[in-house]
Amino acid sequence: MILKELQLLTPELSLLVFALLVIMLDLFIKQKKVLVVVSIAGILVSAGFTLSLWGIHATDILYAMLSVDQYALLFKLIFLVAAGLVILASQDYISKFAQFQSEYYALVLISALGMMLMAAAQDLIAVYVSLELSSISLYVLASFLKDQKSTEAGLKYLLLGAVSSAVLLYGMALVFGLTGHTCMPCIADSLKGMPISNIMQSPALLMGLILIVAGFGFKIASVPFQMWVPDVYEGAPTPVTAYLSVASKAAGFAVILRVLFVVFGATAWLSQDWGLLIAVLSAITMMVGNVVALSQSNIKRMFGYSSIAQAGYLMVGLAAVGMAAGSDALGRSGLLFFLMSYTFTNLGAFIAIIAISNKLNSDQIEDYTGMSKRAPLLAIALTLCLVSLTGLPPTAGLIAKIYIFNGAVNHGLLWLVIIAVINSVISAFYYFRIVKVMWMGAPASEEKVPSTWALRVALSLCCLFVLLLGVLPAGFMGIAQAAVKIFTGS
Amino acid sequence: MPYQIPWLIFLLPVCSLLIIAFILRPFFNNRPKLGGYVTIAAISTACALSLWVLATVIAAPGHKLDIPDFQWLVIGNLNVHFGLLIDSLTAVMLVVVTIVSLMVQIYSQGYMDGDSGYHRYFAFMSLFTACMLGLIMADNLVLMFLFWEGVGLGSYLLIGFWFHRPSAANAAKKAFIVTRLGDVGFLVAILLLFAQTGTFDTEELHALAIAGTLGGTVLTWVAIGIFSGAAGKSAQFPLHVWLPDAMEGPTPVSALIHAATMVAAGVFLVARFHPLFEHSEVALTTVAIIGGFTAIFAASMGLVMTDIKRVLAYSTISQLGYMMLGLGTGGVAIGIFHLFNHAFFKALLFLGAGSVNHGTGTFDMRQMGGLRKAMPWTYATFLIGSLSLAGIWPLSGFWSKDEIVASALDKPILFYIAMLTVFMTAFYMFRAIFLTFEGEYKGGAPAEHGSHGPNNSYGPHESSKVMVIPLVILSVLSVFSGWLNVTGAFSSFMGHGGEVEAHGFIQGFFGVLSHPVPLISLAVAALGVFLAYAMYSARWISAEVMGRIFKPMYVLFSRKYWMDELYENVIVKKVLINGVFAVLGLFDEKAIDGAINGVANGTVAAGRELRRLQTGQLQFYAMFIVLGLVAITVCYYIFA
Repeated sequence: MILKELQLLTPELSLLVFALLVIMLDLFIKQKKVLVVVSIAGILVSAGFTLSLWGIHATDILYAMLSVDQYALLFKLIFLVAAGLVILASQDYISKFAQFQSEYYALVLISALGMMLMAAAQDLIAVYVSLELSSISLYVLASFLKDQKSTEAGLKYLLLGAVSSAVLLYGMALVFGLTGHTCMPCIADSLKGMPISNIMQSPALLMGLILIVAGFGFKIASVPFQMWVPDVYEGAPTPVTAYLSVASKAAGFAVILRVLFVVFGATAWLSQDWGLLIAVLSAITMMVGNVVALSQSNIKRMFGYSSIAQAGYLMVGLAAVGMAAGSDALGRSGLLFFLMSYTFTNLGAFIAIIAISNKLNSDQIEDYTGMSKRAPLLAIALTLCLVSLTGLPPTAGLIAKIYIFNGAVNHGLLWLVIIAVINSVISAFYYFRIVKVMWMGAPASEEKVPSTWALRVALSLCCLFVLLLGVLPAGFMGIAQAAVKIFTGS
Repeated sequence: MPYQIPWLIFLLPVCSLLIIAFILRPFFNNRPKLGGYVTIAAISTACALSLWVLATVIAAPGHKLDIPDFQWLVIGNLNVHFGLLIDSLTAVMLVVVTIVSLMVQIYSQGYMDGDSGYHRYFAFMSLFTACMLGLIMADNLVLMFLFWEGVGLGSYLLIGFWFHRPSAANAAKKAFIVTRLGDVGFLVAILLLFAQTGTFDTEELHALAIAGTLGGTVLTWVAIGIFSGAAGKSAQFPLHVWLPDAMEGPTPVSALIHAATMVAAGVFLVARFHPLFEHSEVALTTVAIIGGFTAIFAASMGLVMTDIKRVLAYSTISQLGYMMLGLGTGGVAIGIFHLFNHAFFKALLFLGAGSVNHGTGTFDMRQMGGLRKAMPWTYATFLIGSLSLAGIWPLSGFWSKDEIVASALDKPILFYIAMLTVFMTAFYMFRAIFLTFEGEYKGGAPAEHGSHGPNNSYGPHESSKVMVIPLVILSVLSVFSGWLNVTGAFSSFMGHGGEVEAHGFIQGFFGVLSHPVPLISLAVAALGVFLAYAMYSARWISAEVMGRIFKPMYVLFSRKYWMDELYENVIVKKVLINGVFAVLGLFDEKAIDGAINGVANGTVAAGRELRRLQTGQLQFYAMFIVLGLVAITVCYYIFA
């Protein structure tokens, strides 16, 4: 029994072992390159274990705290891929904190561990603990540069994160108080047992729902909990920003989808209730993200607002899940496909930015002028990712939007899709402004932009997947559909 | 046969394209011959596999192979899949395309020798062949349309291959734009079909049309839309104007794309969706009438052209019209049989014209003459091609042309048109032969004309072996390919088994001469040959005198019925540029730009204002979270 559970935990355990190994090795080893190899090895081993469990029948472990199922496994793989790509891409950046490399790698691995547990968490307590595990690592990572901006970013992230954690806990407490359970399926069962009129008239339950949505809203950067995003994105080391923008957001969506669907999807009425709430928040989030991004001159801040806008599109999918009330899986699988697409696209863009800003020592968009001549491959890759973020063929971004929008239209959210499409048009303006300055301007200097092979490998992988998901989506969609199958039972 | 084989046929030219573009061009640019070898290796393998597929299809029950689908995109009820439809029509087309393509690639090694764009040429040829193979194997309309545009792209790139010549660049644009006009109709038909039936799948659409679920006016409009796409690609009246100009491309390109395969894609498309046409009398009649009219209309212009490639171009348009006529009156087997034969002899004729050009440096027949002795192989093969095209018994063109003429028998007007076209065809082909190969050599090209390396200092000379061998192979096919249907085997393979009376080979071979229709058409063709002989070889009749007598007609034909002028000066300049575009431009400038700029400025201004909320103050951020929470809660309780 114990052995069986340990076997199901091998992805997490192996990652933990390697994270500790990185810290220990740092004490004895002079050649710090070894640490990168060990970290990447840890990720590969963990990914290997994850794949060895692939296709498993959903199993509860640790007294139903965690559930090992296809949904969790897919997210684990996404986090591992993101962490691996970020570590590879950090090689061009690492000189800024060379002394503390081992801590950096270990923290990236541990936060990934936290996210993996989040995706598997099946109990509100487990959700909260794993959330904190990943968040605290990220607070430290955000302030890793130790200059004024980075410290400020870390501190803001920590304090606002604490506020949101408190909000989340209040919400969980209310739900626990009403139903007497912290385990998600048990809460759902108990809600199903209540008469609908009771649920409708229960302010505590609805307040709990709102507070929980707000708590995760912070994590996924939804309005009105998005204020931290631009400041933290700008101040944090660029690889950490990349990591925050994809892995942390994906983890937020992994949990919020599970909580909302399993707990609050218990009755169709409740499900459509939060569906509408998310839909309204999604519309505002898209508008704010895109409109404010228009007037940014710093590329990292711009990507901060862009990531808010992308969260808005993802929430369109989430709203579709709510409105569907379990009747079809299009919204859920679309959401997962969008997350896969967004992970590769946004990471690809950030990896190119890491290389370019490193050389320029600037994050100003105007300094990217003529980059196609100084770094043609980086410029091509960044252009491809921007095209994907806009949602144009032949990239992943287009197919992802098609899936999500289609799911929303099928469940009476046509108005939201219209807003989302208008927003896509607005977003083209600021994404393509970067493309324009890169390709049409004359460069300020002819100096080439250097990049390490590790970064190039990471960037090529991202671009490859952006194209693969865009050209041959059916296989990836199949994976997403298999992952959300675990929910169809409830 | 493993089901991967058809996929492999498609992937082979794709691979040769990728190898040339990403390996040979960047790293082996100093060894251009490699590009030709890679392409020929890929296409000869594809050709062998196509023959295997053909053999398998002949043996298969129902002449159809089941190839598992490959899911591409599934959104809700919309299921777009990559699938292959391998039936008798596809198998025949595969063989035609790969054989002609192989011959053309081998020939191109000699023709393009020394050209600075050698790699680029073979890369584009591979691209075109891949798209063409994809088009004929696709099992749904989406994929078909993709490759349909792909062959259009290949054609555009190859017509404009010598893009530094303005005439080539313009011809490429013209070809692309004119065929695009037809494609609009095709696209509308695809969307209409999907809206009506919810499927893109070819066979499902066939079944719906046969069952009558898809019928009436909708079916007619769909069929006409499909035909408009086909008319664009196959250069049917009134969209024929691009094909003669497309002769600006290298001659092997004209042989492959603008004679044997791509222009035949229109005919293939109508054949592929023939069950839809069969259930709409209007559409089928439209196909027959447009086809018949194009046949005679283009042939009349071919009578007076002085450029040998243009004669062949008008002949191609005319023969494509024939095929359409055959599809409209007789059915798939008849139209495709002519396509099959035509591909070989017309490719042969174009390659022969290229060989002549290689020897003399010109395409102008007035500067040729007497080449029979200097270029015996080219002459012999060109003569075989011409006899076949003119429909002389027992060469291949006779058999398919005879079927088309016979099938038009119950529509008297179309029948007379077909007969008249037979006469014209024989006349213009033998006019070309007598002008080019007989009489005295008139000196070839003036010095500045030689665009790609023919060496005039030696006088006219036979082309190299690498060019002559494809000519010989194609001439053998031009003699014998028509014999496949002497016993009715081809027709029954194409699915007309019930209607065709099967008979022995000898009986069919000679018995056909006992029927009146083939005899009349043979006599008419012979008359055409004789008239050409009398005018251009024996000179019993002076061509100048004839020209003066029929002056109005001569001018009409040689000015191409003023169609180019009509399109350019009247429709494009007067109606579109000065009329429609001017009004739209004004609307765009004032109304649309105004609105867009207004919205854009408003959005940017909103962004600037909203940005002010981002104060950087932590207390304010925390307060915003709390206020946001309160706002959500209040709204929630008010509205829920």
